[in-house]
Amino acid sequence: MSEVLTKTMARNIYYGGSLFFLLLFLGLTLHTEMKLPERDNRGAITEQVAHGKRLWEENNCIGCHTLLGEGAYFAPELGNVYTRFGNSTDVIKGFIKGRPADGIPNRRSMPQFNFTDDELEAIAQFLKYASEINTTKWPPNIQG
Amino acid sequence: MQYKSQSVAKPYFIAAIGLFIGQILFGLVMGLQYVWGDFLFPAIPFNVARMVHTNLLIVWLLFGFMGAAYYLIPEEAERELESPALAMLMFWIFLVAGALTVLGYLLVPYAGLAKLTFNSLLPTMGREFLEQPTITKIGIVIVALSFLYNVGMTVLKGRKTVVNLVLMTGLVGLAVMFLFSFYNPDNLVKDKFYWWWVVHLWVEGVWELILGAILAYVLIKTTGVDREVVEKWLYVIIAMTLITGIIGTGHHYFWIGTPEYWQWFGSVFSALEPIPFFMMTVFAFNMVNKRRREHPNKAAVLWALGTGVMAFLGAGVWGFLHTLAPVNYYTHGTQITAAHAHMSFYGAYVMIVLTIISYAMPLLRGRAAANSNKAQVVEMWSFWLMTISIVFLTLFLTAAGILQVYLQRVADVPLPFMVVQDKIVLFYWLREIAGLVFFIGLMIYVWSFFVKGEETKTA
Repeated sequence: MSEVLTKTMARNIYYGGSLFFLLLFLGLTLHTEMKLPERDNRGAITEQVAHGKRLWEENNCIGCHTLLGEGAYFAPELGNVYTRFGNSTDVIKGFIKGRPADGIPNRRSMPQFNFTDDELEAIAQFLKYASEINTTKWPPNIQG
Repeated sequence: MQYKSQSVAKPYFIAAIGLFIGQILFGLVMGLQYVWGDFLFPAIPFNVARMVHTNLLIVWLLFGFMGAAYYLIPEEAERELESPALAMLMFWIFLVAGALTVLGYLLVPYAGLAKLTFNSLLPTMGREFLEQPTITKIGIVIVALSFLYNVGMTVLKGRKTVVNLVLMTGLVGLAVMFLFSFYNPDNLVKDKFYWWWVVHLWVEGVWELILGAILAYVLIKTTGVDREVVEKWLYVIIAMTLITGIIGTGHHYFWIGTPEYWQWFGSVFSALEPIPFFMMTVFAFNMVNKRRREHPNKAAVLWALGTGVMAFLGAGVWGFLHTLAPVNYYTHGTQITAAHAHMSFYGAYVMIVLTIISYAMPLLRGRAAANSNKAQVVEMWSFWLMTISIVFLTLFLTAAGILQVYLQRVADVPLPFMVVQDKIVLFYWLREIAGLVFFIGLMIYVWSFFVKGEETKTA
């Protein structure tokens, strides 16, 4: 590398640059935290929704699906499943409930989780809450 | 090998390779499930196979990083490791905890594992890559702290070089960022926002420091280029890593409920993220061209050069491909992401761990400098098989991704997810074949450790 740049200069760029951008990142994080209430649909987070999120996690739904585009790419996006299913929590519940325990020959199929009615309602409400987060118009269309 | 305590690296490297095999086997299972939907269903559903695949990857890379640190830090610090016994104890704890966790994934339904490990007390499970039970996460923190104490004391009491200081910074950063895995708010947006502080700030932040330090160490050793030159390069590379990578986190904040200005910050800074990877490539080739000695371990030099090139391609080029917000709007959460993930993880982190193993393992096994020529030829065959097959695997996933994006998100009449999946199945078959070739390459890699032949003498 050119002799113009000494090791000390390189080191100072590393320390100075990293520190500057770390502080900028923390600043932006703080600002994001202030802006989030306008976008993150937090008003909809009831105890039931929180329960739904826990069920979502404890059954590792993210291991097949994406949620707001993050997760696995084996099964459909669920951030907008509530709208895709015609703004209906009943359709969501019916779908989850109706999965065959032994799968579908040669096809991908969601496992049968044997949820209670309360659990089904909590999951559906969680997905409804997720669908109403302001995601800057993502996904591009209803298919997710 | 100059210090006796460096030998604790050996079991870490062996465990890393063993878990690597497991990772690839489960990758093949998932690949098959993509084309043969009910393969192993309901015994091993896709999500379980995926957890095992990704978690094994993370754990074996961590074994590799720790092995690398135990190997190179005593030599850089010019003293024995603070406590080899502690390093061995932590090895077994980490291995047993890792094995139990994977067995838990495979033998117990995930919800049952959550109950069994009292997830409700401190819910951290069920988020991508952080699926480990909370108790395992706590175990990881304990192992990491003991590890940091062990190598940290060695550096503090010994010679401080840029290589071991950068490596330490990366390792401390790794442990610190992992603590965010314990933060799991009910608010999905905040959950996702800080989840990236573990995932992104690991792989596009502090892990790159670890990568840079290991690469610099191996290049110093194999090329004999003046340390001053190497260290200057290292500083510039990691400076660019953090200058671009920290704000580059913003490329994950486009569509998850975060403010829209992240589209600008994320696009601009992550578009610069290929720079440090490009510099790594230039750095590696430059050092090898200016070499002052012919190191008999040709395989290690090949891995080092390969790391530069493949990290740049996988992380740099394939990352840039879909990092600009207007592009990412269509590609977010598709097979494009999967394509990028495979080549970047292989190019950056798999290859750097295989580089240090290639360099250190012959010495750990009592060779003068390198394996026999015959063994090296076999190892280089495995290099090319694995590298070329991952390139093809990535190309096939990219093709699948482009079709998926078009059919599902761009076409006049967008098709449902599962309909699209059926239409692109050819590329999933090709991907599986590429995966099989990769596995053959990996088997040849393992075989290379058992190839005898006359040892190459030090140049």
